[in-house]
Amino acid sequence: MLRKKVAMLLAVAMVAATVVGCGGGESKTDAPADDAAKTEEPAAEDAEADADAEAPAADGELIKVGIINNDPNESGYRTANVEDLKAMFTEENGYDAQFQYSLKNDEQITYAKQMITDGIDYLLLSAADTAGWDPVLQDAQAAGTKVILFDRTIDASEDLYEASIVSDMPAEGARAVEWLAGQGLDEYNIIHIQGVMGSAAQVGRTGALDEKVAAEDNWTLVSQQTAEWNAEKAQQIVQSVIDSGEKFNVIYAENDDMAKGAVAALDAANITHGVGKDVIIMGFDCNKWALKELLNQNWNYDGQCNPFQAEYIDDVIKQLENGEEIAEKTIILEEKGFDATEITQEDIDQYGIGEE
Amino acid sequence: MQKNEVKKSNDNFFMNIVRNQMFIPLLALAILALFNLIADPGFIKISIKENNMGNPVLSGFLITVLDSGSELAILAIGMTLVTAASGGQDISVGAAVAIAGSVLLRILRGAGTGNFGAMLLVAFLVSCIVAMLFGAFNGVLVAYFKIQPMIATLILYTAGRSIAAWINNNELPVISDPFLGYFGGFIPGIPIPTPFFIAIICVVVIFLVLKFTNLGLYTQTVGINENSARLNGLNPKMIKVISFVVLGLCVAVVGLIKVSRISTINYSVIAKDIEMDAILAVALGGNALGGGKFNMAASIFGAYVIQFLTQTLYKFKVSADALPAYKAVVVIVLVVISAPAVKEWMGNMTKKFKVKEVA
Repeated sequence: MLRKKVAMLLAVAMVAATVVGCGGGESKTDAPADDAAKTEEPAAEDAEADADAEAPAADGELIKVGIINNDPNESGYRTANVEDLKAMFTEENGYDAQFQYSLKNDEQITYAKQMITDGIDYLLLSAADTAGWDPVLQDAQAAGTKVILFDRTIDASEDLYEASIVSDMPAEGARAVEWLAGQGLDEYNIIHIQGVMGSAAQVGRTGALDEKVAAEDNWTLVSQQTAEWNAEKAQQIVQSVIDSGEKFNVIYAENDDMAKGAVAALDAANITHGVGKDVIIMGFDCNKWALKELLNQNWNYDGQCNPFQAEYIDDVIKQLENGEEIAEKTIILEEKGFDATEITQEDIDQYGIGEE
Repeated sequence: MQKNEVKKSNDNFFMNIVRNQMFIPLLALAILALFNLIADPGFIKISIKENNMGNPVLSGFLITVLDSGSELAILAIGMTLVTAASGGQDISVGAAVAIAGSVLLRILRGAGTGNFGAMLLVAFLVSCIVAMLFGAFNGVLVAYFKIQPMIATLILYTAGRSIAAWINNNELPVISDPFLGYFGGFIPGIPIPTPFFIAIICVVVIFLVLKFTNLGLYTQTVGINENSARLNGLNPKMIKVISFVVLGLCVAVVGLIKVSRISTINYSVIAKDIEMDAILAVALGGNALGGGKFNMAASIFGAYVIQFLTQTLYKFKVSADALPAYKAVVVIVLVVISAPAVKEWMGNMTKKFKVKEVA
């Protein structure tokens, strides 16, 4: 009886682990649940910017687009992404758009099939999973529907889609590491707090740092552990380093939440952090509250993961409508890294996601 | 003749120690402490430092264990009762903590200006009620619909974090009032982490309840034999529901601590996998996972031992990803030790040993 129960317990734990694991692995959005808030200002700005440009369908005929995205509730990043798309693909801008959201690949495929049958002109897709899209995209091609991928790539032949608009995660890591190298410390003793292992954000943001540490003699990883995007785990990891008495002067956290947890541990141990202080704090995602910490010089660096993709998609559609060729299938989103000594309130308003 | 008697009492003495429920968690603690001692004798050191707010605080490995193990200890209280009464475990506590924390923040956010302390009290009471209602929901499924506890609580396990996100419209409010931070950190002037105090309060309350009411006796009776409990005039269904409601209360307290620690909430990861640690604490305390007799002190002690293990693994730079694997090893050892077949075999061995000695 007892063994049965424990076996079951383990089975349940395993199922849970798989579910969570997949979620993290697919999740391109570095922050599984930051603030899920509305970034209306940037979205609105995009819309304005577009209104200035000529409307693609000036003759009154709307371009029919079907947009399949992940659940806006997934994260603050996703919410910002969805709001941005909604603000762009409106009738005023010459679009007749339908939106469908799901975190499940099979549901997304069903929506896609339906949209293709409805006769949409463009299918905009942020796939939940990389696999299983070939047949749908072939259907789309046969029906004359053009496919544009955004935010996430899929395992399919390049001929099946027009363009893929994505973040370059390794570049995000490289930008952060380059910034860190530019700080000119004598010694880099780094606590590296990773996201869920295997997720695109984790792999990208870890890669650059690992290379740098291997290449430079004065760069050392005091600790490199995954806190699975979890602030509390990050706090415990940093606490354990503090307890062990090892010296460190950089915390490289792969998202804002974990950086916040790390800072909580530092605060409890009277270790100063921020601009000109003992420990450099680095985070990613550009949550508004995190950028505020930068503005107050409590943190030093925050790397962006750009959710504002609608303008890029709009450009691609306009080019296609004008019969132009898309030069590069893979379009990399422009992203920034913010330095606490340079950030302004305008940056927070424009690039921050979520609530303050 | 006399010699034999002395030996016998010696045997009994050892058997008593080994049979004592505290034996396994104590043994585990001793092994862990030994590991730590070999690796870094300084682990036992506790020093007084100032934190960034200028308050003197205790710091050191052991303090960290007491601090971060407190949530687990509080949950172990409720989990022990649920295990004893229903013969199963609640796997939804992590999700329920997310709900309780979300309710707390929702109310604090709507509070606006005013007396923050009073609002926090209201918010905490409401989150207690909500968590107890969810506990009652689990309890009713188990007691009245006779669903296996693990399956019944799987519902909330799956849905709970979404409910938590929905309560706050998916927003993640950051409450920056320093008063909120006291519950997961330090109260100015008191160098001992507040979560440990809260855990002590919870422990004292539950021991008073167990001492002055029949809750403990009734729970064990129901767990051992539901039918005979009913025939003796108890209401087994009610007892089971009560055990889940008590767990709900524990969940609300943990929710407060967790939210206070980082003054915000992350629905998808807050208190993640904490149910596994809580169940493990109950098992490590030597309690039968199939229900019946329980030992509250052993469970609570077990919780701190597990945190000791977690913190030790962090210290040895074991990747957080691999932690569950190490805990799984502990589970396997525990289960094997307490399996009837192994117990019988060990009994036989000691008997043979004794026979040989006599011969």
